[in-house]
Amino acid sequence: MNRFAALLDRLAYEPRRNAKLALIADHFRSTPDPERGFALAAMTGALSFRNAKAGLIRGLIAERTDPVLFGLSYDYVGDLSETVALMWPAPEGPARNEPPPTLSEVVTTLASTSKTALPRILAGWLDHLDETGRWALLKLITGALRIGVSARLAKTAVAALGDRDPDEIELVWPGLKPPYEELFAWVEGRGPRPEAIDPAPFRPPMLAHGIEDEDFAKLDPADFAAEWKWDGIRVQAAAGTLPDGRRVARLYSRTGEDISAAFPDLAEAMSFNGAIDGELLVLREGRVQSFNVLQQRLNRKQVTPAMLADFPAHIRAYDLIVADGEDLRDRPFAARRALLEAFVGSIGSPRVDLSPLVPFDSWDALAASRLDPASAAAGEDAEAIEGLMIKQLQSAYMPGRPKGLWYKWKRDPMAVDCVLMYAQRGHGKRSSFYSDFTFGVWRAGPSGDELVPVGKAYFGFTDEELGQLDRFVRNNTINRFGPVREVVHSATEGLVLEIAFEGLQRSTRHKSGVAMRFPRIARIRWDKPPGEADRIEALEVRLKD
Amino acid sequence: MRPDDLLQPTPRGLYCPPADVYIDPVRSVERALITHGHSDHARPGHGAVLATAATLKIMAIRYGENFAGTVQAADWGRPVTINGVTFTFHPAGHILGSAQIAVSWKGLTIVASGDYKRGRDPTAEPFEVVPCDVFITEATFGLPVFRHPDPAAEVAKLLASLRLFPDRAHLVGAYALGKAQRVMSLVRAAGWDQPIYMHGAAEKLTRFYEAEGIDLGEVRLVKAADRKALGGAVLLCLPGSMKDVWARRFPDPVTAFASGWMRVRARARQGGVELPLIISDHSDWDELRETIRETGASEVWVTHGQEDALVHWCGTVGLKARPLRLVGYGEEGEAEPADLAPASTEPAA
Repeated sequence: MNRFAALLDRLAYEPRRNAKLALIADHFRSTPDPERGFALAAMTGALSFRNAKAGLIRGLIAERTDPVLFGLSYDYVGDLSETVALMWPAPEGPARNEPPPTLSEVVTTLASTSKTALPRILAGWLDHLDETGRWALLKLITGALRIGVSARLAKTAVAALGDRDPDEIELVWPGLKPPYEELFAWVEGRGPRPEAIDPAPFRPPMLAHGIEDEDFAKLDPADFAAEWKWDGIRVQAAAGTLPDGRRVARLYSRTGEDISAAFPDLAEAMSFNGAIDGELLVLREGRVQSFNVLQQRLNRKQVTPAMLADFPAHIRAYDLIVADGEDLRDRPFAARRALLEAFVGSIGSPRVDLSPLVPFDSWDALAASRLDPASAAAGEDAEAIEGLMIKQLQSAYMPGRPKGLWYKWKRDPMAVDCVLMYAQRGHGKRSSFYSDFTFGVWRAGPSGDELVPVGKAYFGFTDEELGQLDRFVRNNTINRFGPVREVVHSATEGLVLEIAFEGLQRSTRHKSGVAMRFPRIARIRWDKPPGEADRIEALEVRLKD
Repeated sequence: MRPDDLLQPTPRGLYCPPADVYIDPVRSVERALITHGHSDHARPGHGAVLATAATLKIMAIRYGENFAGTVQAADWGRPVTINGVTFTFHPAGHILGSAQIAVSWKGLTIVASGDYKRGRDPTAEPFEVVPCDVFITEATFGLPVFRHPDPAAEVAKLLASLRLFPDRAHLVGAYALGKAQRVMSLVRAAGWDQPIYMHGAAEKLTRFYEAEGIDLGEVRLVKAADRKALGGAVLLCLPGSMKDVWARRFPDPVTAFASGWMRVRARARQGGVELPLIISDHSDWDELRETIRETGASEVWVTHGQEDALVHWCGTVGLKARPLRLVGYGEEGEAEPADLAPASTEPAA
């Protein structure tokens, strides 16, 4: 466990992909089976411990610490496992010289431990590990490593052990199970290639660069096609048939996580042999629903029939990567597009359709479509359009983010000046700073103008600005409600935040009657007196009836 | 008499009405007593300043000889009486010259401890427990998650990285006053005998530490050396300089940072730190509680930091406690790393 903990610790701080790769490969080289195999399983998300829930960990720490001190600590650290790892008190009584558990011991014990025996076993392990070991153990069993390592990266590190292509690992992967001894034996040249060719492996998607104003002068519109950028989730839908005739259909996220389990309705519709690059959307009566609606179907462990009926999932196809066993990635976009149109037609399912091209003859014409997608044939679906994708007609399908081939051109956000009202400490990357900000705009109240909250923003600022905002909150607190701080907000004192957002809807859940989509802090207006911030009327005029 | 009659929090800092003096005022005042040289406690422009000799020298280095109208050096343990109130300076162990100030009047003693730590540190006078009725404590690391590990083990991580990456320059972010010299001293204690390099902004203060008799081995200025040749060297940098172009000119640098905040992962990541070193000049949770108990104080005032948890703990052991909510401290010495550490180097999603 200590070696694995040290690896996770290093990975958690290492931002560079190549350095991460070197660290993981080094771990695989220097760690024996089955320890390294379980490490690989942990990084590819192949382990799950049904009985180890956050509630269990909360229970253990509650028996050992003051609840108020735990609450304050958790609020500060912003991560349950880390808080518990740091606060865990040294065991009472004489020190025992038992070695800390190995990763294999943890994995195999958890697989065979009843729910009732688990708390005692877990507490014993925590007693014998140091802060880093405790953190790694708790992260592992709660399934939230968050070390910036995708399954693909871990597999790439395996491939590096034997100069193999990561795609070769993907092909044999579905037939393998932790601790992957035959996989290591094969890449290290000590054993045969594992059987089981995957008919639906993940292939890393091609990504786009944001287009800059100065790019247009350099680009000839005749060399490019444009299509809508839908506000859903980019997916790869891969399907095929195993040698024994069984069908395989998988839906992968952009990073190669298999999210098929949450979308049985789509798996059924994926009757093809090939791989489509597209957007996962929810459609009701042919209309694309907002991202908020789609979100309600994500991350569900169980998908109920009601869910399936209320949130019908849909793939809107952008590109064709493989068709009937043929890899099309080296062909130009224009050729793939023609094949895609025929391919989608042959699937014949209402669940899979084609993302239409947006015709244009000049960048100005395209700009007009971007400004008003509804008039540019997007109709009522315009609300679900994030912007445009501009793709070079000759571009091969290249994994990663190659330069000069694909561009994204998002719609301009709307912006409004709001006054900071409340702040709360954030979680994750922003934890321990006041980083969740509630802001308001002015409206007429019974006793003069008053601020009414219109939204909450968690990002949009730089690390340096975060430090400044955090200090402003700490130095200008006028009230505390548990973890929430109310900061000074009058016409003359307080802080104005320029909030950018993507859309506005009526809301009965918000006091102000409006809800913002994707609000974030565009600028901190240290210069602006709060009395000059916007009024609710400025938002109401933008509401669509 | 209530303790508040002797010392009370004001927007300018802690004020002592009978003596008409402030302790560590954040704005300029007629008469100031200064606990230590960090800029959030020691500010220029006061009429008269009473502080330890080392603190006065630090202020002169930072602000120039005319940083105050008049200055008076306080000797360790020797009371200075102002309008019948006696003020006695005792070592706080935070940085060189750092003091706790014991304020006594009509049988009541309040100790304003400034910033302090208990662990061994050859670059600062060791902390002295001063019995008192009211103990005023900081709470920079006043949460049970903050338990500083052995600093020698933290420096061992740095030396291990130097062995693993002998071609990479190791940039260690540390505040110019106190932390930089302590890290140098720890690196020496761990057996590192090659020259240590430092950013020019730490030069005067480091030379001052050396002149005060603290042995830091051979310390060279970075600008004098060929940066390309500094692979495998230890470089002490100011937190602010780590995100500058300045820091990019070294061979494939490893970014380390020495601070108690490094205990919390998000804090280290927010600063883009690759090699966090948990080394602090403030008391951790255990030291805060131990010190409060040892002073025998029946009442505790908490100045700045994570005051809520410490005030709560005092209540659980039957001590009267309250937060002072002073504004303007905690900006230097152990400031929040996002203000000062390098910008995040996370790759685009």
